[in-house]
Amino acid sequence: MLTVSIYRYHPELDAKPYMQDFQIDTGGKDLMVLDVLNLLKIKDRGLAYRRSCREGVCGSDGMNINGTNGLACITPLSKVVKNNKLTLRPLPALPVIRDLVIDMDQFYKQYKKVKPFLLNDTPAPGIERLQSPEERAKLDGLYECILCACCSTACPSFWWNPDRFIGPAGLLQAYRFLADSRDTATEERLADLDDPFSVFRCHGIMNCVTVCPKGLNPTKAIGHIRNMLLTRAT
Amino acid sequence: MTNILRKMSYEAIVIGGGGAGMRAALQLTEAGLKTACITKVFPTRSHTVSAQGGITCAIASNDPNDDWRWHMYDTVKGSDYIGDQDAIEYMCSVGPQAVFELDHMGLPFSRTEEGRIYQRPFGGQSKNFGEGGQAARTCAAADRTGHALLHALYQGNLKGGTTFLNEWFAVDMVQNDDGVIVGVVAICIESGETVYIEAKATVLATGGAGRIYQSTTNALINTGDGVAMGLRMGLPVQDMEMWQFHPTGIAGAGTLVTEGCRGEGGYLINKDGERFMERYAPNAKDLAGRDVVARSMVLEILEGRGCGPNGDHVLLKLDHLGEDVLESKLPGICELSRTFAHVDPIFEPVPVVPTCHYMMGGLPTNIGGQVLYPESESETRIIEGLYACGEAACVSVHGANRLGGNSLLDLVVFGRAAGIQIEKSMREGYHAEAASQANVDAAMVRLNTLNRSESGESIAEVREELQKTMQLYFGVFREGESMQKGLELLRELRIKVANLHLQDKTGAFNTDRIEALELQNLFEVAFATAISAEQRKESRGAHARNDFTERDDENWLKHSVYYPTEERLGKRDVNFSPKTMDAFPPKIRTY
Amino acid sequence: MVTTVTSYGRSGLSDWLVQRVSAVILAAYSIFMVVYLLLNPEIVFAQWQALFDNTGMRIFSLMALLSLGAHCWIGLWSISTDYLKHFALRFAFQMVVGLLMFIYTIWGVQLLWGL
Repeated sequence: MLTVSIYRYHPELDAKPYMQDFQIDTGGKDLMVLDVLNLLKIKDRGLAYRRSCREGVCGSDGMNINGTNGLACITPLSKVVKNNKLTLRPLPALPVIRDLVIDMDQFYKQYKKVKPFLLNDTPAPGIERLQSPEERAKLDGLYECILCACCSTACPSFWWNPDRFIGPAGLLQAYRFLADSRDTATEERLADLDDPFSVFRCHGIMNCVTVCPKGLNPTKAIGHIRNMLLTRAT
Repeated sequence: MTNILRKMSYEAIVIGGGGAGMRAALQLTEAGLKTACITKVFPTRSHTVSAQGGITCAIASNDPNDDWRWHMYDTVKGSDYIGDQDAIEYMCSVGPQAVFELDHMGLPFSRTEEGRIYQRPFGGQSKNFGEGGQAARTCAAADRTGHALLHALYQGNLKGGTTFLNEWFAVDMVQNDDGVIVGVVAICIESGETVYIEAKATVLATGGAGRIYQSTTNALINTGDGVAMGLRMGLPVQDMEMWQFHPTGIAGAGTLVTEGCRGEGGYLINKDGERFMERYAPNAKDLAGRDVVARSMVLEILEGRGCGPNGDHVLLKLDHLGEDVLESKLPGICELSRTFAHVDPIFEPVPVVPTCHYMMGGLPTNIGGQVLYPESESETRIIEGLYACGEAACVSVHGANRLGGNSLLDLVVFGRAAGIQIEKSMREGYHAEAASQANVDAAMVRLNTLNRSESGESIAEVREELQKTMQLYFGVFREGESMQKGLELLRELRIKVANLHLQDKTGAFNTDRIEALELQNLFEVAFATAISAEQRKESRGAHARNDFTERDDENWLKHSVYYPTEERLGKRDVNFSPKTMDAFPPKIRTY
Repeated sequence: MVTTVTSYGRSGLSDWLVQRVSAVILAAYSIFMVVYLLLNPEIVFAQWQALFDNTGMRIFSLMALLSLGAHCWIGLWSISTDYLKHFALRFAFQMVVGLLMFIYTIWGVQLLWGL
């Protein structure tokens, strides 16, 4: 039997959040954390969490699993459970809507702030815009982000300034477009980032790198942005 | 019970924030129409994100002489000749433009040395109308094309300024006294508030319903919401028996590994290590149509040549491709295999089994996405105000079997086309009478019943029963007698589905309520599938019957049309009139 | 873009640069002082005075002093924006820090040059 301790909060019923313990029989199988939640939901229909693809590409089920942010659907019990106990909490730093469901508005706002779309002021050709394999390779490790928010909600700088520090996820995408040879708005993008908060609140703590379920490295991307700002200023 | 709902008004609403929905929303927003995209999950969590291999299109990068007509030929043949040739012609010829638009939007396609979009071989692809050997026509962003496409479309919509109603669930459509669709009743999931969203044009881009089966590559959210809304309104659906089973779902987990694995040179082996597809499809081998490969795999397993202790799967061999190819071309597959199959494809083969993947059927539409009501085999009328695109629609470009890479093309081409059609219609002064209170109440019946339920069936149990029934009686191979048994079970389930017990009646983020509504949607789709499958008495494409093993062009070179009100299956003529060329006549389909 | 009025320099980049450059200067100064004191364990006031009569040393000291002021201001300003969420409190804290840095700097210059 596995003890699963889950953060519960219902805005209409609970004055404050509490932890609720469940006992569950995993049948000796190494289930994913999401499988456990799905089993619990059969018993407790009120348990709220997000899920969609169940294979780690949609980014719905980011949560805090035994103290570390991760995706429930690709986190096997064997990787996280110690002393037969699993503790699930919502991702930190953002408001809780209900149980494990957080309000991600602030996170999405920071994403939108970096203009996460290709800007090119030259007329589009009749075919694709050409790009060499080497130029394209610069986007590897950047475009794969699934916006699960595991990184930003693990970042102390984002905890303190979620409204002004863009956070690792947004900055990874900022660099994804700065690095794209098809994008011509480099100057505009850099000008938008050159304030004391947007980029420079990153203190290189690297929690983002530790928790990213896709193995991406936002800190490195932030370093690249800083170098671009430096080059631009000198 | 009368609810006076808050009303929101738009010129056009798109239900669904996947590839098709967002492409339509983008078109509509750019046209200056007041548009909202209503989506039950944040757009980038839609199932398009899971597409891996690519988007098939004759952009002539791999082969400068490539021709969209060759792509059209492959698609017609792949459809086992019940794909509408005017629609396929449109998709294949407009395709390149739609793909280049994606590149201009920022989609990070993989590249060739010349700087063009990288194309890989996929199943069912040929040059020169089947005479020139294997083609490589699937445009790819590594093995994450769907993810890259979905994010690029979301980003394009952010740039364009589209209004998104994220995490809103459409319950049912509202029809005015003239039978015209004038919006939907939807729940804001976060607050639980129910709202009437009024619109002159309603686009259903709600995707597939793979969750009717127990074993599926589909996301948990693929519950056929749009198709079911149509069915409840009495709208007929087309070719619902045609469900694609993807050859390579990871055994046990159901997660997909792309056909691109075989495109890059991987192949299937049985327990004797034999490359068995050489026997079933001597020319195309592992790159035959998906229906052909899936059936061959099941036959291997049934004849005792399956792998593993239970002999219930076969193996996909990839290690001979080498670490460099796997890590650069198929990085996502390596990740998925390690996570879900506990094998590293660099060293070991991946256990795979045919898994429900795609719904070829759906709401019949014309090229402009307008939903059609087939009056007879040869006549249709347009349902005013209602559009559909993507997997929810049956336009029909996939017929009885979809080719790999054609779904992403389908959704961008016809999402775009629906947008263009709506813009045209609005410019011509389209007008519909407003809905009355009674009209809105009619769309609230289902929700009200559920909200009042004091006791009844368990949602989780009924869903499991439904999925088991479909898996057992309507799988890769089908048979009249067993399908009739399955239908009987479904009729019993219908009573249970109507009597679900909603335990949680609260408002905020109530996933119990959403799951109940989704289960009812699944049932509608499953039932339409069952009737259609039982009554199409032939084998064609994905529909393989043990009691009618041959294709019957005399009686069944037709679309099937399921009329929900009478629970009747009709037929509809397949289009054999492309605009710019002669039609491809039906031939025996071999690979 | 976030407003820059409360930051030290004209941009996040210059703040960041100043922070790094000042840190290097402070480190160099500290190392110099430690090494000097280790090499001269029996130091007397005259020697100490002679050291600071040297123009090079005065420049070095002034650099370290200015670095200290800038480094502290940027660092404490950052910390205050992280942890002091109440506007008035944060403003007061920043005023005190700013004033202190100003006083220390002027005082330091006075000591160095004996003005």
